[in-house]
Amino acid sequence: MALIDLANPSRFLALAGRILPWLTAATLLAFAFGLSQAVIAPDDYQQGATAKIMFIHVPAAWLGMFIWALMSVAALGTLVWRHPLADVAAKTAAPIGAAFTLQCLITGSLWGRPMWGTYWVWDGRLTSVLVLFLMYLGVIALWRTIEEPSRAARAAAVLTLVGAINLPIIKFSVDWWSTLHQPASVLRLGGPTIHPSILLPLIAMAIAFLLLFVTLHLAAMRNEIMRRRVRTLLMMQADAAAGR
Amino acid sequence: MDLGPHAAFIVTAYAVAVVIVTALIIWVMVDHRRQQRILAELEAKGLTRRSDRAGEATT
Repeated sequence: MALIDLANPSRFLALAGRILPWLTAATLLAFAFGLSQAVIAPDDYQQGATAKIMFIHVPAAWLGMFIWALMSVAALGTLVWRHPLADVAAKTAAPIGAAFTLQCLITGSLWGRPMWGTYWVWDGRLTSVLVLFLMYLGVIALWRTIEEPSRAARAAAVLTLVGAINLPIIKFSVDWWSTLHQPASVLRLGGPTIHPSILLPLIAMAIAFLLLFVTLHLAAMRNEIMRRRVRTLLMMQADAAAGR
Repeated sequence: MDLGPHAAFIVTAYAVAVVIVTALIIWVMVDHRRQQRILAELEAKGLTRRSDRAGEATT
């Protein structure tokens, strides 16, 4: 099957039905491995066992940003290429991205209290991630406000592309401004500064969360295509009832 | 496993992650069943899309 064939929602549904069981199994296996590595990972020499929060905090933070970047590509797909599944992908990614960003904020707060002595500070990193979460809520609200899917898609695409400006701000906030948050320690030019005994569980958990996102996103896209079919059928029913 | 003096923060953080991931899974599964049920009800009333009817005619 060529990639272009996936532009056909019916073919996409068929493919999703075949792939989802395998993706679910891969996600479960990845979490089993990642969590087992997280349990046996040694304590950090400064933070002790509290560093284990990193294994659920950092993957959620990466996904929160990755999903918005994905939505931005989908927004281009809607506005420029008018791909029939682009707005389906963007719409269904938003609640998942919001959930992972919320997970990042809450777990980060729970990590900050014992390490920094506070749940929250209004610094560049924390505030820009909070802005990302609020933008997710804004996009979700926009989708719910405009009933016609194609009009909602264009409005949400514009908002998504404007919001993408926040992604480099989040990434470089720890370099640009004074902050309690530690600087980049994995995705940096000089290579990771984390010891391999902690880096391996982190990467394993990041892969597990990524697989979870792909699985949930594919399932949510399938649901959205079905919802649009329901909408079409209900409109046909209404037209028939009105004698049109 | 000894989680040290801040065990409550670690356990709460993991519990929050479990709640959020579980909520996402339930949302997707419940939505899928709901759309399947509505589609089945509409098709039982004889409503099908033009493309579906064309597909049936050719197979």
